[in-house]
This record gives sequence, structure tokens and C-alpha cells, in this order.
Amino acid sequence: MPTLTYLQAISAALRDELRADPNVILMGEDIGVFGGAFKVTDGFVDEFGTDRVMDTPLAESAIIGCAVGAAVVGLRPVCEMQFSDFISCGFDQLVNVAGKMHYRQGLAVPITVRLPSGGGFSGGPFHSQNPEAWFMHSPGIKVVAPSTAADAKGLLHSAIHDPNPVCFMEHKHLYRRVKGEVPEGVFETPFSARVARPGSDLVVIAYGAMVPVALEAVSDGLDGASVEVLDLRSLVPLDEEAILDSVERCSKVVIIDEANQMCAAGAQVAALIAEKGFESLDGPVVRVATPDVPIPFSPPLEAAVLPGVDRVREACRELLAY
Amino acid sequence: MATHTAEPAAGGAAAVEHLTLEDRIWLLRAMLLMRGLEERAMTLYRQGKVPGSFYDGYGQEAVSAGAAFAMGPEDRLCILHRDLAAHLIRGVTPARILSQYMGRAAGITAGRDGNVHFGDRQLGCVGMVSMLPDMMLVATGMAMAFKLRGERRCALTWFGDGSTSRGDFHEAMNWAGVQKLPVVFVLENNQYAYSTPVDKQFAVDPVERAAAYGFVGVTVDGNDVEAMFEAARAARERALAGEGPTLIEAVTMRMHGHAAHDDMKYVPKEQVEEWRKRDPIERQEARLRDAGVDVDALRSEIKTSIDEAAEEALSGPMPDPATATDGVFCEGEAEPLGDGEAPWSGFSGGES
Repeated sequence: MPTLTYLQAISAALRDELRADPNVILMGEDIGVFGGAFKVTDGFVDEFGTDRVMDTPLAESAIIGCAVGAAVVGLRPVCEMQFSDFISCGFDQLVNVAGKMHYRQGLAVPITVRLPSGGGFSGGPFHSQNPEAWFMHSPGIKVVAPSTAADAKGLLHSAIHDPNPVCFMEHKHLYRRVKGEVPEGVFETPFSARVARPGSDLVVIAYGAMVPVALEAVSDGLDGASVEVLDLRSLVPLDEEAILDSVERCSKVVIIDEANQMCAAGAQVAALIAEKGFESLDGPVVRVATPDVPIPFSPPLEAAVLPGVDRVREACRELLAY
Repeated sequence: MATHTAEPAAGGAAAVEHLTLEDRIWLLRAMLLMRGLEERAMTLYRQGKVPGSFYDGYGQEAVSAGAAFAMGPEDRLCILHRDLAAHLIRGVTPARILSQYMGRAAGITAGRDGNVHFGDRQLGCVGMVSMLPDMMLVATGMAMAFKLRGERRCALTWFGDGSTSRGDFHEAMNWAGVQKLPVVFVLENNQYAYSTPVDKQFAVDPVERAAAYGFVGVTVDGNDVEAMFEAARAARERALAGEGPTLIEAVTMRMHGHAAHDDMKYVPKEQVEEWRKRDPIERQEARLRDAGVDVDALRSEIKTSIDEAAEEALSGPMPDPATATDGVFCEGEAEPLGDGEAPWSGFSGGES
């Protein structure tokens, strides 16, 4: 099994899909000849041509809207937002046209929207956001967020095969930092959670780039405590069973979001635990998230708002002592 | 109040070349059926049987009838809320339409969406959303797929004068122009976007923008169904020949309020009276009477079919509340739009 970076795994999934299914096309800004802002599609035009690896006009609403049109006549478009922040310009097409189509008309919209998201590299307020909660709140759209190279590939295959609009949150900070063994060829990873590290005293629930943060935070054992890390992987659908199972076994819960705290994915997880896992709890549900500010540019300011290893470790220690 | 109105071009004579007498009767039938159904729906609305509000296309029937009639079954349509005739031409039955208005289970969306927010996917149509003109991009994407696959077919969509102010209008026109796509954009200029007249909407007649995006723009008398047909037929021919998009500005008038609740007091009476003389149905009827067609018999046939449709729709059940959360996601295979049976068109798309 080859060892790939998170970014290489995404590239491999796209390449495998383009080879396997003539209906798959890629659409985005600068993804063709240039190979994409992050080089995910580097060299693709040589193998697949400029029709299937399409450089589009700089128009995010059009990228999503045209993908919807192409999808309802049989193609499987994969759209790249250059940065997830720019999906705000395509929000209407995704939420109102794509997301509501099947409910209203029984018409499936099999599109995948790749959203390079997250901060940690001085991208500033418009290149660092984690917009997943916008789409969790919009019926008809699935949302997945891998944290490992293997899941990046498997979840992307599943997203492209899914008959619904899927937001694929790929974290920019993981692109070249995360590596791992990745199966070759087309395989599907289910839209469900996975236990990234088993434990029994406390569970840290995270997704995307917060999974490696959580794993690092608890790697020294936290004074001998047995700490679980649950990687959600999918936010819509949300794996309620896996969450409640971890809560039942561990009784104490820390939930991490890199997104702004208000109504973030972790808020939904906390609400779920309050509703259905209350009897299992042995302490308050603790959240660690980015405060409700735009992501600042300067390194000390950015580091002050994004959840890091120290904040997570501190939150775990306090809860363990509760 | 001054309104900007482009000079309509004559088109009836040229259209006749491509239309049989039977086709010309079909065009009238579609318009009569649209008007009759909408009048019936308004009555049902006043009786409290149509929830929400009700939107009609009184006086604009020629725009959708003429353009839809020029499309083949393999073409794809995104239809606007004043374009009921397009649905009829594609083969949606009157009973399903009245059921749709009343939020009944037999409606095209089975009560999930209201009024003209529907498209029968099996008949090659995608229903509109309220954010206008979002469907211009969907139509552009369909046309993009046709071009990528080398298929000889086109997509057509309608939108209003107000839509020309939004970014999606620009994005769709630009994308279609850059990629030279087989798409037909029908701008239904009915002089008002809700209460806002066109002179507060644009400084330049929007048909002129087509040239700026690199393709043909034509102005048509939107109250002449045969002229509308001919403009759409020619646009389709260009699209299929690889000559790219066409913007058709159909100049017409919204003769009713924006919706049932709107008394339209912002529209000068003289303007309405002036347009009443150009009623699209009366014009087509006069032509057909001259050709010896028994128009009164046609009207009577249509009235009967609407009565029957209303009876059927009123006897149908409301949707089961237990199904309100069903169908948000597709659980099976994604099925693309179908062609439908297209029993409607003497002009079959096959001739090009």
C-alpha cells in the first residue's frame, strides 16, 4: 500500500474517478493548465484534457449552478472552490438550487464540491474559514471532513458516487502535513465516524484538522487517563450511534471545532449528547472552538483564536479532574 | 411613467414556413389552456383552495407557448413562473397542475412546493427556484454537458427583466459566451419586476448585452406566438449548429399584478389598455379564423377539459403529513432528466 500525503490522496481519488467513469468532470478556477492553487490537479490536463479538467471563468455561483445543470443531465461534476471561503459566492446555487432539488422534484443532483478550508497559515479572514456549519443547516446537502490520507481518498470516492450534493471539506493545513498508507484504486469510505484512538475515561470528539490536534494533545497519556478520540468524518449524516456509544463508554466529553463556536458542528454534537446521552455523563460537556471572530492574519493573533494542542490538553485535564 | 420598451420585430410571416396549420392550432390551444387553467386557479384561490398566493402569466402566454413549441423532446427546459404553457406543451396534464396549485398529493411536487415552482423531470424540465435567475446557470450547465458529449440538443430557460440586474444573469451569459454553448436565453420583458418598472432596472436595453458577451441578441414581439416560435426555432438551430447561445428579448406586458394579492395600482391604466389591444390569444385566434379554423369549438373543448381537470384535482387527497420529511436525500441511483413522450409538438425537434 503506497504512503501518500493527504493532498496526494485527494489527487489520486480524482484521477481514479476520471479514469473509471467518463461522466466525471472537474470544474474550477485555475485547475487545468496551472493544476490548481494547491496543485491537487497538477498534470491532469495532460491525461484527461481541458474539457474534463475545466478552467472556468472566475464565477463561483456559475461553477455550482453549471455543475447542477450538468449533473441533472447525467454528468458527475466535481467542483473545486479555490478556497472554501469563496463558496459564499456560490451559496445560493448550492443551498437553494442543489440542496432542495430532490425534495421538491425527486431529481437527484450528484455533485461534489471540494472546499479547501481551515486556517493556521496566515491566510487571514477570507482564506481560513471553516464553513461546514452553513451547509449542515441546509437540508439536502451532505458534509464530510476527512482527517487522514486514507479517509481523504475513500470519502472523496464515496462523495463522487453519492447521488446527492456533497461538500467535501478538505483541510489545507493537512495537505502536506498528514501522510499515511492509502489503498490503491477506487474504494468507498462510509459517511460514519471512526474511533481514532480508543479510551474509557474521556472522549475528545473532533473532525478534520482537529483530529491530529486531539491526538497530539492526549498522546502523553494525560496523567495516566485513558482518553478516546472520535473522528466524526461525516457531519451530515452525523453518526449519532458512534457519538452516543463513545459517551456511554467514556462519560466525559470534550468537543473541538476549528470553526467559530456559535452553532458549529460541535454545538449539534453537544445538543445530541444533552438530549440522548445525558444519563451517561459524568461532567459537563466541554467545548473548545474558535471564538466568534473573523480569522486574523498575524501569526500571534491567529494562534490566539484557533484551538491548539495546549487548549485541548487543558480542557481535558480540567474535565478529568471534575 | 416612462417605461423602456424595445421595438418589437415582425415575425409571423417567417414563422409560418415552419408551422403546419395543426401546429398553429396547437399554439393557440396551449395558450387557451394556460389562460383557462390560471383563471380557474384564481377562482380556486379566492375560494381558499389554493394556499399561499397565486402567480399567473395573463397576457404573456405567447412567450412560453412559442418558445417551448420550438424545442425537441431531447432538449431541456428551465421554466419560469409565468410560463405555464411550456409545461402544457411538454405534456404536464391540467389535473396535475391544478393539484399542484392546491398543494395536493397528485401535484407535480406532491405538495412540497407551490404554484408554478415545478418541473416534471420525466418530461425534461427542471422547476424554478424563487431566486431569479438562478436557472440560467442550470440551463448553461446542461448545455455545457451537451457540448462536452457532442450531442445535438439545447437547453432553454426563461427569466424576467428584473433578473437582468443580478449577478447570475451576468455569470450565465458570460460562461455561455466563453464556451459557446447550445443554450437559448429567453428574457421575458414584461415591463415590471413586482412594482419596479424597467427604467429603474436597466440603463441599456438588455438585448444589447448579448453582443458584449459574444453572441446574438434578438428582440421579438412577445405577444405574437408565431414570432416567438420562430425566434426560438432559429436560436435552437444556431445552438445545434455550434454557433453558441442566443438571447431572445420577448417584449410583453404583465397584465395582472405580481401575484393575486397585488392590485397593481402602480401601473398606469393607459399602459394596460394599450397592451390589451395586443392580446396574444386574440391575435392568434384572428389568424386561425382567417384560415378557416373553428376557434369556438376549440375554446369549448378546452373549457370541458379544464372542468374535468378541476373535478379530478378537487377530488384528490392532500399529502400525508407523515411524509413531510421524506425525500430530502436521494437514496437510490441518480436518474437524469427524461425526454417524456412529447405528444404536443407537430414541430418535432428532429427536423434540424
